[in-house]
Amino acid sequence: MSEMRTPLSRVRGLGSAKKGTEHFWLQRVTALANIPLAVFFVSAMVAHAGADYVTVTAFLSRPIVALVMLLLIFSMVWHMRLGLQVVIEDYIHGHMAKLLALILNTFFALAVGTSSVLAILKLTLA
Amino acid sequence: MSDTADKTVNGETRQRPLSPHIQIYRWTLTMFLSILHRATGVALYAGTLLLVWWLMAAATGPEAFALFQGVAGSWIGRLVLFGYTWALFHHMFGGIKHFIWDTGAGFELSAVEWISRGATVIPILLTLISWVLAYKFMGAF
Repeated sequence: MSEMRTPLSRVRGLGSAKKGTEHFWLQRVTALANIPLAVFFVSAMVAHAGADYVTVTAFLSRPIVALVMLLLIFSMVWHMRLGLQVVIEDYIHGHMAKLLALILNTFFALAVGTSSVLAILKLTLA
Repeated sequence: MSDTADKTVNGETRQRPLSPHIQIYRWTLTMFLSILHRATGVALYAGTLLLVWWLMAAATGPEAFALFQGVAGSWIGRLVLFGYTWALFHHMFGGIKHFIWDTGAGFELSAVEWISRGATVIPILLTLISWVLAYKFMGAF
């Protein structure tokens, strides 16, 4: 039943793409994951307020810290991409402008995610 | 809205009735929080650039990290980070509020009000506690 649309209809991508439930669900799942991850992050930031370079890099290079930071990045970036997608769809109505904004949203999320992951891996694998 | 939907058969523009918007309604805490939830979400989105900068600086070396610390430690840097802390807690408790409502619970008007008040006050308290602790860790007192 999910493939009742013609190929042309799907290519045009107009109307509901029937992705709403998946979007809603992933938004909630990442939100739930973000709670403990963000609490960890804020606690770590507070505990390292004003800490010097050696202390901070030693902390970030610990495998368990790097692991939690990676999970935080994945969940947070995913969540924020879903969230801004809704904002874009609500306020930007021009077809090309909306398409461009949605693509830039994906690019931004990927750029934030990959650069953060790269930094964390460099610190923990060094 | 397509171009044809607002035209009459004669091609004249039809004056469509407009639904009431935010300037019409009396302000309520729930609608204020709804707007703030989106605003803090967008602010947190932009603020991830700070997180990237912090991580990249730490991964790059002492000079890059010192530059970040210099900016983050300035009064305007601290103001932005304070705002970011509040936005994070506010968005988090806004999310928890929605989790409660997702279960179908807490929709009695009194419950809605109390949940909303909690989602307003608790993030402010947690932000203040975090910053008092941060200054304590920095040896301010």
